[in-house]
Amino acid sequence: MIRWSLVVVLSIAVVGLGVWGYQENQDKNAVLIQAENSYQRAFHDLTYNIDLLHDKIGSSLAMNSKQSLSPQLADIWKISSEANTDVGQLPLTLLPFNKTEEFLYDIGDFAYRTAVRDLEKKPLSDEEIKLLEELHAKSGEIEEELRKVQNEVLSDNLRWMDVELALATNDEVGDNTIVNGFKTVEKSMDSFESSVTEVGFGSSGPEKDFRDLQGENLTKAEARKQASKWLEKVDTEKLTLTKSGKGADVPTYTASFQEGDKNGYIDLTEKGGHPLTIMISREVNDPQISLYEASEKAKEYVGGLDIDNLELVESNQYDKMGVFRFLYTKNDVRFFPDTVVVKVALDNGEILGLSARDYYDYHIDQDLNEPEISLEEARSKVNPNVDIQEHHLSVIENDLKEQVLCYEFLTTMESTTYRIFINASTGEEEKVETLKKAEMKFNQEI
Amino acid sequence: MVVTAGLVLLIFPLADGTWSKPVHGFSSQVIQQGATGDDVIELQARLQYLGFYNGDIDGVFGWGTYWALRNFQYEFGLDIDGLAGQEVKNKLVKASNYDEGYVKKQIQEGKDFTHYGGVPKSQQTKQPSGQSSNQPQGQGGSEGGGQPDEPTAVNVPSGYSQNDIQLMANAVYGEARGEPYVGQVAVAAVILNRVQSASFPNTASGVIFEPRAFTAVADGQIWLEPNDQAKEAVMDAINGWDPSGQALYYFNPNTATSDWIWTRPQIKQIGKHIFCK
Repeated sequence: MIRWSLVVVLSIAVVGLGVWGYQENQDKNAVLIQAENSYQRAFHDLTYNIDLLHDKIGSSLAMNSKQSLSPQLADIWKISSEANTDVGQLPLTLLPFNKTEEFLYDIGDFAYRTAVRDLEKKPLSDEEIKLLEELHAKSGEIEEELRKVQNEVLSDNLRWMDVELALATNDEVGDNTIVNGFKTVEKSMDSFESSVTEVGFGSSGPEKDFRDLQGENLTKAEARKQASKWLEKVDTEKLTLTKSGKGADVPTYTASFQEGDKNGYIDLTEKGGHPLTIMISREVNDPQISLYEASEKAKEYVGGLDIDNLELVESNQYDKMGVFRFLYTKNDVRFFPDTVVVKVALDNGEILGLSARDYYDYHIDQDLNEPEISLEEARSKVNPNVDIQEHHLSVIENDLKEQVLCYEFLTTMESTTYRIFINASTGEEEKVETLKKAEMKFNQEI
Repeated sequence: MVVTAGLVLLIFPLADGTWSKPVHGFSSQVIQQGATGDDVIELQARLQYLGFYNGDIDGVFGWGTYWALRNFQYEFGLDIDGLAGQEVKNKLVKASNYDEGYVKKQIQEGKDFTHYGGVPKSQQTKQPSGQSSNQPQGQGGSEGGGQPDEPTAVNVPSGYSQNDIQLMANAVYGEARGEPYVGQVAVAAVILNRVQSASFPNTASGVIFEPRAFTAVADGQIWLEPNDQAKEAVMDAINGWDPSGQALYYFNPNTATSDWIWTRPQIKQIGKHIFCK
């Protein structure tokens, strides 16, 4: 009797387990199919968009009237951006595919710049047409290769989940058809890069990297001394010093120390020993000093840098920290790219961080042209609906990554503040920024 | 400080009977743009009382408050510098009434309110619309004074919202919570460098959720509750700190499975992570 009831109970348990296991398996499969489907969607979207891109670039080459060319270029810009988004949704991060992504970006960039240009006044140059032809040919190659992959995916029921698995385990990557297809696409991009740079445009933009660093190269001992000077005179023995690898934009020494709960970190350029990044991390208590006092400390601190004429342009309190942004100025012209940021603890006014990387990266000692238009002329270019409150002369980096001299106007409309830049030689409106407002707090604590 | 104490005596509730609470003045700090806190609430309320300031009384000294203060300085013949120093505060306190109890109560109850002089209180308060989403934190400062009240708004770096920062803090915490602080800032900086780069998606969320980009996203560690340090690291990175040296990739040499990542030109190692181009 007991044995029989035991048998019954056990069989029920076995059947129950089986049903449960089956359902779990079903659920898991459903999730996998879902993930696979979203990969498939991104992939097929991508091939479609590349197809379209190739066609559109082709027809733009055949176009003659400016009225149809501008919208066409705008269309190309949009499609290349969509194609880039598709790439971002595929598990390709561990696959070398960046040249193709940059290629898509370059197409978009080129199309945007030419689409917003007045083609009546400044039609496409011969070089630009040549570049367009090149883009057409390259996008054709990508299209063909992707179509091939797509065909195989469809006929052999290839799954992107397998690609992901292959990339994750790094196993037999060579045998995966999809991976091979994308590698071929990437390889075909090799020849493209050089022709892009010839025309003088590309995702990299003009060289800006630390052109104007002054000083002699530091030895390790000197670097230690310099680091200690910036890190509160910490004993040079306590500093860990390393040198940057070959991937760095500019050779640097990195020094760091750990003292109880406090740790410090500094990046110094090898040439000249200029501090790029300083960070000191410790527990910060409730604010005791005002943002104004902190800003005075920050001003005093940047006085110790070898940079003259830094002007405080922005201060912000973030919880227990004050963050202050300084701009380099010369003859009352403010250089927006040349920024230095300082972070001050509001509990005792100690400097907790400095970032001068942007300054050293962008700064060049250049002679500025005098503005060609007067302040009044520039003023007349500003939208008449805004009230002009303040004006300055400033240098900014425009869309084309060129440094241009502008009249800067701080203006208000309703309760919003806008910063408007009018080019001081052409009178063009280079840039209009909406200055941020504070954001309402939500329930969460930030 | 003596001056401030003296100021309190100067002001008595004026003819306007609706102002019930006695007023007490600012603290001794010079208030400048970007500041947050109690003094800013009072500054905004007083400027609004005089009709210079039409924005929300939220305790954050933004551009709206800045222009209002400058206009006030202009009208009252003071130096126009946008700083609320002692002289400015004296003039303000003299010219305006500040019903601290009323203002603090409205802020605590999360109501939409104004503080114009000569307008009855009943017309200055609106019921919060829908669910009161901006309930203030904590119960500090119930009777005006005592513990300082929290402002109802926060400064956020240009181009980012609190939620963006939260999402990035999640990613940083999931990826680098065992790392030194600098290492966390560097990871946040890599996310931002990727947003800027041509070969990655153009938004922080696009970069974070790119398939296979971050292990913490793949294995769900991104949904751990981040600590304050991770948030601070994100804020530093957004404000311009980049200890990674403009890196686009990083990996842990002990666990990296991809050979390709070793071919990238390396910049430096911070903690367990090697950062590369």
